[in-house]
Amino acid sequence: MSLHDFEKSFQNKIDNEIKIEPKDWMPEAYRKTNLRQISQHAHSEIVGMLPEGNWISRAPSLKRKVILIAKVQDEAGHGLYLYAAAETLGMSREQMIDDLNSGKAKYSSIFNYPTLSWADMGAVGWLVDGAAILNQVMLCRTSYGPYARAMVRICKEESFHQRQGFESLLVLSKGTKEQRDMCQDAINRWWWPSLMMFGPKDSESTNSDQSMKWKIKRKTNDELRQSFIDMIAEQIKLLGMTLPDPNLKWNENRKHYDFGEINWEEFWSVVKGNGPCNKQRLVARNKAHDEGAWVRAAAIAYAEKRKNKLKIKAA
Amino acid sequence: MNKSSNQLIDYTIYLGDCALILGQRNAEWCAHGPILEQDIAITNITLDLIGQSRNFYQYAAQLINAVENKNATEDSLAYLRMERDFKNLLICELPNGDWAQTVLRQFFFSTFQQLLFEKLKDSPDEHLSAIAVKSIKEINYHIKWSGEWVIRLGDGTEESHNRMISAVNNLWMYTGEFFIAADYENSDLILLKNKWLDKVKDIFDEATLTVPENVFMQTGGKTGNHTEYLGFVLSEMQSLQRTYPGAEW
Repeated sequence: MSLHDFEKSFQNKIDNEIKIEPKDWMPEAYRKTNLRQISQHAHSEIVGMLPEGNWISRAPSLKRKVILIAKVQDEAGHGLYLYAAAETLGMSREQMIDDLNSGKAKYSSIFNYPTLSWADMGAVGWLVDGAAILNQVMLCRTSYGPYARAMVRICKEESFHQRQGFESLLVLSKGTKEQRDMCQDAINRWWWPSLMMFGPKDSESTNSDQSMKWKIKRKTNDELRQSFIDMIAEQIKLLGMTLPDPNLKWNENRKHYDFGEINWEEFWSVVKGNGPCNKQRLVARNKAHDEGAWVRAAAIAYAEKRKNKLKIKAA
Repeated sequence: MNKSSNQLIDYTIYLGDCALILGQRNAEWCAHGPILEQDIAITNITLDLIGQSRNFYQYAAQLINAVENKNATEDSLAYLRMERDFKNLLICELPNGDWAQTVLRQFFFSTFQQLLFEKLKDSPDEHLSAIAVKSIKEINYHIKWSGEWVIRLGDGTEESHNRMISAVNNLWMYTGEFFIAADYENSDLILLKNKWLDKVKDIFDEATLTVPENVFMQTGGKTGNHTEYLGFVLSEMQSLQRTYPGAEW
C-alpha cells in the first residue's frame, strides 16, 4: 500500500468510529498530537495534586481530610493511567517526566493559581473538575483507543469529585458570614481561570481543525466553554452566590448564557510561565523527583540482586 | 467517672492519637513521593490510619458523652485538644525525614500495632475488638509494604543502605515506649516486646541491617510529654477549627 492508501484507510476507520490502536498505522502528526495531548493531560493530573495537597494538613474535619486525601490520590491514579496510555505512542514515562520537570512539556495552566483558603478546595472541585469533566466526557469517545478507555475510568471519579466540591461549598454557603465570604471569594478567584481551561477561542486555536477531523476532539473550545457556563450559571443559584461577571446573562434567542470577555492577556501570560505559581509548581515537582532518585536507584539495584540470587538458586 | 471508664477513654484516645498523628505525618508525602506508585501506596496507608483514628475517636466520644454531659465528637477530640492532652507515641510525631526513615517508622509502628491489635481482638470490649479486627487486615498490608521497603533499601545501593542505618539510629530510641504500659494500659504489654523484636530481626537480616544495642529509650508520649515537634503538627492541623470556633465544615 502507498502512503496515500494508508492515510485513506486510517481516515476510513476514524469516519466509521473504529478506534485506532497502538499497533495500527497512523500518521506521524496524529501520533504526535495524541502524545502531546495525553502526556500534557497526565502532567496536569500530577501537578494538580500540588494545589490541593496544600490543604491536606489543614483540612478542617477528619471527614474532609479523608475526602481530600482520597481525591488527590485519585489524581495520582489518573496520572498513572494516562502515562501508560501515552507510553503506547512510543515515549517512556521517564522521558515525559523529564520533559515536565525541565519545563519543556506543558500542563494545564489552572494549576498555576494558588489555593488560598479552605473554600478553594470546594471551588477547585466544582469549577476546575467541572470544566475538566466536559472535556473528558468528550474524550471518552476520542479516536485513540487507549486514551478513550483511560478517560472512561477517569470520568467516573471526576464527576464524583465535582459533586464533592459542590457539596463542600454548599456547607460553606449555609455557614457563618466568614464561611460565606470565603466561599464567594474562592468562586471569584477561580471563575475566570476555569473558563480559560478550555483554551483559546476557536478563531485563535491552531490545532482545532485537524483534531476534529481525526476525532481526537469532537467539540470545539468555544462549544465546551459555553456548555460549562450554562451549567455553572444554573448551579450557582443553589449556592446563593454570584459569578464575578457583570455581563453574564441568559440570552433567550441563543438559548445560552452570554458572558463577558476573558482576559486573554492573562491567559497567555500564565501559559508562558508568569502565573502566580508556575515557578513553585516546577520546583516542587523537581524536588520530589530529585530527592526520590536514590530511592528509585535502590529499588532497581535490589531487583537486580534478587534476580541474580534467583538465577543462582535455579542453577 | 470511675477509674476504669476513665482508663478506657484514655486508652481509646491513645490508640486514636497514634493513628491520627502518624497519618498526618504520612500525608505530607502526598503529591511529593519518590515514585508515583509509592505516592499512592503511602497515601493508602494514610487513609487507613486516619480511618482507624476516626473509629477510635467516635467510640471515645461516645464513652465521654455517656459519663459526662459533653458533646465530644471525633473532631473535637482531633481538633480541640492541646499537646499535653495527646497520648500518641513519640515516634508518630517525628518529622518524616527521608523515605528510609518514613518506611522504617511505618514498619516499626505497624509491626507493634499488629501485635497489639491481635490482643485487642480478644478484648471483652466489643467496640475495640471490632475496630481491631477491621484494622488488622489493613495493618498486615502496611507491614508487608514497609517491610519490603526496609529490605529493598537496606540491601539496595550503598547510599540506600547508609540511609537505612541513619534511620535506624534516629528511630530506635523511640521504640522502647511501645512496651512500657501507661496507667491506662495492661501491664502485660511487655510480653509483646520479644515478638516484635523477632519480626524486626527477621526483616533486618534480609535487609543486611543490625539491631542496635544498649540504646537509651525515650518515653513520654503516652502521658502527654511530647517532643517539640507535636505542637507544630497540631497548630497546623487545628488552625481552621481554632480560627472559626463552632463552624461546621
